[in-house]
Order: sequence, then C-alpha cells, then structure tokens
Amino acid sequence: MTSVAAEMAKAAPWNDPHARPYVELVRVSKFFGDFKAVDDVSLKIYRGEIFCLLGASGCGKTTLLRMLGGFESPSSGRIYIDGEDMSGVPPYERPVNMMFQSYALFPHMTVEQNVAFGLKQDRVPKAAIRERVAAMLDLVKLGEYAKRKPSQLSGGQRQRVALARSLVKRPKLLLLDEPLGALDKKLREHTQFELIGLQHQLGVTFLVVTHDQEEAMTLASRIAVMDHGEIAQAGTPTEIYEFPSSRFVADFVGSVNIFEGKLVEDEPEYVRIASEEFGGTIYVSHGISAAPEATVWAAVRPEKILMSTTPPQGADNVARGAVQDIAYLGDLSIYLVKLATGKVVRITRPNTTRHAEAIGWDQEVYLSWDPSSPVVVTR
Amino acid sequence: MKRLRARFSGRGLVVALPYLWLLLFFVAPFVIVLKISFSEVDLAIPPYKPLFSWYAEHALAIRLNFNNYAFLFTDKLYADAFLNSVKVALVSTILCLLIGYPMAYGMARARPRTRNVLLLLVVLPFWTSQLLRVYAWIGLLKANGVVNNVLIRLGVIHNPLALLYTPFAMYVGIVYSYLPFVILPLYANIEKMDWQLIEAAEDLGCRPWQAFYKITLPLSRNGILAGSMLVFIPAVCEFVIPTLLGGPNSLMIGRILWDEFFSNRAWPVASAVAILMLLLLVPFMMWYQSIQARETAGPSG
Ligand SMILES: Nc1ncnc2c1ncn2[C@@H]1O[C@H](COP(=O)(O)OP(=O)(O)OP(=O)(O)O)[C@@H](O)[C@H]1O
Ligand SMILES: [Mg+2]
Repeated sequence: MTSVAAEMAKAAPWNDPHARPYVELVRVSKFFGDFKAVDDVSLKIYRGEIFCLLGASGCGKTTLLRMLGGFESPSSGRIYIDGEDMSGVPPYERPVNMMFQSYALFPHMTVEQNVAFGLKQDRVPKAAIRERVAAMLDLVKLGEYAKRKPSQLSGGQRQRVALARSLVKRPKLLLLDEPLGALDKKLREHTQFELIGLQHQLGVTFLVVTHDQEEAMTLASRIAVMDHGEIAQAGTPTEIYEFPSSRFVADFVGSVNIFEGKLVEDEPEYVRIASEEFGGTIYVSHGISAAPEATVWAAVRPEKILMSTTPPQGADNVARGAVQDIAYLGDLSIYLVKLATGKVVRITRPNTTRHAEAIGWDQEVYLSWDPSSPVVVTR
Repeated sequence: MKRLRARFSGRGLVVALPYLWLLLFFVAPFVIVLKISFSEVDLAIPPYKPLFSWYAEHALAIRLNFNNYAFLFTDKLYADAFLNSVKVALVSTILCLLIGYPMAYGMARARPRTRNVLLLLVVLPFWTSQLLRVYAWIGLLKANGVVNNVLIRLGVIHNPLALLYTPFAMYVGIVYSYLPFVILPLYANIEKMDWQLIEAAEDLGCRPWQAFYKITLPLSRNGILAGSMLVFIPAVCEFVIPTLLGGPNSLMIGRILWDEFFSNRAWPVASAVAILMLLLLVPFMMWYQSIQARETAGPSG
C-alpha cells in the first residue's frame, strides 16, 4: 500500500460521519439521448485524497469527470465542490483543472507556452511563471523539449505536457483522465510516485481515471469501480481487493476464481456452500447475509490457493485436479489446474527458489485454502 | 521495370497537365497583352500597330513603346483609380471577414444536419448568374425599390433614400457577391478544429471570448488568409458591380480598363493598365504563398 493510503487510513475521513467531503456527488445521472452514461452516482471525496475511478472502456468515467470540470451538466442530481453547488458554474470559475484524455494541447503553442497558459491567464508574474513552468517541465522530464510544438512530440511526451499543464496551476481539485496511459512502465511508476509526492507537497485532491487496476492500487487512497455508469463499489484498495461486494468487482480487480454454489449451512460464524463446480463443499469462516438455499458465489484469489502433491487434512475446501498449464513470469508462476468437474482454477505461486518447480505439467495436485480466504458474494 | 516506367510517364503526364493549362490560358494571353501594351494605337483591326515589322529587307525592327505606361503615370486618374480599387477591395475584404467569420463559426458549431442546410444556403446563390443577382440588388436599392418602399411603409423615412449609385450600394454588392468565398474556406478551417481545445482553455481560466481570441482565432488564421485572398484579388479588379451599383463616380481600375478597351478602343493603354494591375497584385500573392509554404513546410500549426 502507498504512503497516501496508509496515512489517510489512520484518520480515514470516509469513516468519520462528521467529516466534510471536498467533492460530493448526490445522485448524479447523465443521459445522452436515451443512453444513460452515468447512472445515479453518489460519491464523497475528501480533501487530500487520491481517488481513482476504475472501470472498463465506455463505462462513463470521462463523462463523470467532465461533469465535475463543468463541460457537461448532469441530467439530474447535484455536484458540490467545497460545499458549493456547482450547477451553472462555468469551467473557468471552478477551482478545478482537468487533464483531458485526448490531451487537448494547443497546437499553435510550444510546450512551454502550453504549460504557461493557465498561469498567464491568472496573471501570475512573469518570473514566477518561468520558474514554475521550468520546474514542472523538469518534473515530467521534458525540459529539453520546451521549445517544441506538440506535433513534434511522441504520444507519451504529449501526455506529459498535458499532465504538466494541468498540474502547474496547483488547483484544489485535479481531474486526471488516464494521465499515464501512454507511458512505459518505468516512467509510469516514476510519475505515479511524483504524483503522490505532489499530493503531499501541495495538498491537492486528485480524482484519477484509469482502467489499469494496478495503477489504481498504487495511487489510490480509495477506488470506485464503475460498471455501466454505476458505481459498483467504492472503498480502499484493500477493501476492493479483499472484500469485493460482487462478482463483477472481484473479477474486475485482479484475477479471481469464482465457484457457484448453494448455501447449505448459514451460521453467524461460518457458512458452508455446496458447489458442483468445485466438486465439494466450501467452508467459509465468516457469516454472510443471504436467504437459506440461495445461490451464492465463493471468490478465491489465485495467490490464496495452496497447491500440494499430497492430500491436505480436512474434507472442506479441498479439490483434486491436474495441472493443465504453467506460465513462468519470473517473480511468480501461474498454474492452471483442471478440476475433476471440468472447472479450470488459476493459482499463482511465488518462485521462492531458483530451481525448477517440483510440480510439472499434467501432474495430479490437491488444491486447498484457508477458510478465511474466500469471499462470498450474492450477486 | 516496364510497369515502373509506365507509371512514371503517367505521373509526368498528370503533372504536365496543369502546366499545359497555365501555358495555354495564362502565359499565352499574358504575353499577348504584354505585347499589346508596348505598341501604339492605330485605326485598324486590331487597333494597334504591330510590334515587330520587317524593316528594309532582312532587318527585324522592334518598336517598343513605353508611352502607354508613361501615360498612366502622367494622368492622375489612373493612380487614383488604382488606389481607390485597393481601398475598395480592402474595405470589402474586412467587411466580408467581419460578416463571414461569425457565419462560418456558427455553421461549424451547428449540429451536423443544420450544418448541411446552412452550407447549402451559402452555396445556393451560385446557382444563378452573378449578373442577375447584381441586377436584383438594383431592384432592391433603387428609389422606388423594395428597401425604400418598406422603410417608407414603416414610417422610418418619408422620402426615398438615394441608395443606388452610391459607394454604399457598391460595397453591398461586392460584400454580398464575395461573402461565400470567405465563408467556405473559413468554415472548412474552423470545422476541423478540436473543440476540446476550447474546453481546455476554459478549464485553464479563459472566459469564452478569451478562449476565442487565444485559441480559435489563431488556429483559423489560414482560413482567414485564404478567404481574404479570394475576396481581395478579384475585388481589386471588380468592374461589373461598381459599374452597375456604384454610379458614375466609382473610380475602379477594372472599370477604367473596360472603358479604355471598349469605349476608347485604346487597346495598348488598356493592356498597360492590365499589366500594372497584375504587378500590383503580385506582392500580395507572394506574401500569401510564403505564409502557406511556411505553414506546410514546418510542423502543422
Ligand atoms: N457526447 C456524447 N454523446 C453521446 N454519447 C456519449 C457522449 N459522450 C459519451 N457518450 C457515451 O457514454 C458512454 C460513456 O462514455 P465515457 O467517455 O464516459 O467512457 P469512459 O469510461 O471514459 O471510457 P474510456 O475508458 O474508453 O475512456 C459511452 O458509451 C459513450 O459512447
Ligand atoms: Mg474516457
């Protein structure tokens, strides 16, 4: 977990009913004709957060951001920034800067002029402008490209100019629409940490759109997972990953094995699920709220499944299968194990030694997990 | 190998075609006019003396006559006409831009279906002859024409205004006729612009008019230039509209050329006027060309 998340978790404002949100969306919807791009979204974002919107392409992330920036007005619902109702407030009067997904760099201006644009608009003194622009260009590693036009830059360089242009004004709220999508892995990680550093330094509140869940995990104090215009779940990265509220969230964030089954024992401390897909019963050491005999799904993360060649103890949470495929990724390996029921289960194991694994192709293995590992979801 | 050569010569042919066209319809007439401009008036058909004549037996005599040009500089009428033409063309260009820019902008920002209707409306006048349309303006502007009648009916005025045969009528005619030539390139230019740039500018603190001034206007510079050239150059030489609407005092170089040519049958002087007019326009065109060249050579701006 990152420092931002860790720090904010200490005094998590979202757990404090009296904390005042910096940005608040109240039942916001947006229609394009008959099409509902954003569906009844309510969100509270607190000062100093790096809040990530995560979702598949076309799920309404950009639309939500554009409403916050003032480029689109909600069809219904209200948006408050710093307690002020934003309806009818034009973009140039909002304490917000947006980095556009398509960058929207001014083609007739140099990199330098693009970045300086917002500061000039605010009548910042010339010397201060020069200093801040230079510092910002250094930050995004574009110092030597200051005099170039956007058309003379690569895609990733353009993205960095757009980022610099939105950051340089140090607004209270920064809306970043896929800010790092075009950067290579190294530069992306570097910039992620720069963003976190900037957040510390300036106390800016970030709302970052991404469809890269790893990036969301790295950056975010909290994540909202969007699905077809709705917020499927909002919470800290840990909550989202370890306690997904639905199959969609469990599947969208990280990879997961999902077993469909019937609730056969429903006690406050544990539940037992009979799953045909799993070929046995799944014992989970926490209670859930569902009707008896209901169809539920047990979600188990690949890294939480233990794999052995000898039968483990106990009858629950154990299945037999054969290794179908192994993918070696260096730091860890992915195993695809085909159960007797036909279900293919994904397992990851860290490569703790440099020697070839004892478990090979087509080998018969036993799978098991701790009763606290599965998450039971009802939808 | 054979195919390559065939393609090459095909390309050569395609490239040669426009040059052939220019040679036939521009260079050749120009040379003829140039020749006439150096000859003397004669009561003959055609009404000028030949430039080349066989002197004695085998000696070729060339009699270059610069009097026609000298004449243009001695009579103040011509200089005035030149200056006036430039002034009229300049004012017309500015008026066309002032009227055409908002129209092109509105069209570019309209919804696609409305946009096509508007585009059609702009091009529609081209379906009738320009002469007819200028005559229609006579009907509108004359003493008992539509404009005066409506104004009198509304009680705004009591006696008809003298609208026709004034500079006002001439400007109305020129601006009306050339407006589409400003609107179309501007529209093509503005329509291509990414509206998100305006959003970005507003996001960075620009009010709408500032965003227009700082983003839209600089980015439509090429459209403005192209439109201006398309109005200015023909407007300098315009003669139909000043003659029909502008009355006897509208001293335009195009009109003088016409008078010299047809009324006075002074072909050499008329040709000299034509050559000078061309020379006058060359700097403007070169300036335009250099800007265009810079634009295409450098990164798209
Ligand atoms: N101006 C518009 N008119 C009509 N439909 C629109 C408009 N803008 C967006 N949409 C639709 O709304 C939906 C959400 O679009 P949006 O741009 O918010 O998606 P997104 O989550 O940002 O996707 P991506 O990750 O691909 O950027 C899409 O289905 C899109 O087609
Ligand atoms: Mg988007």
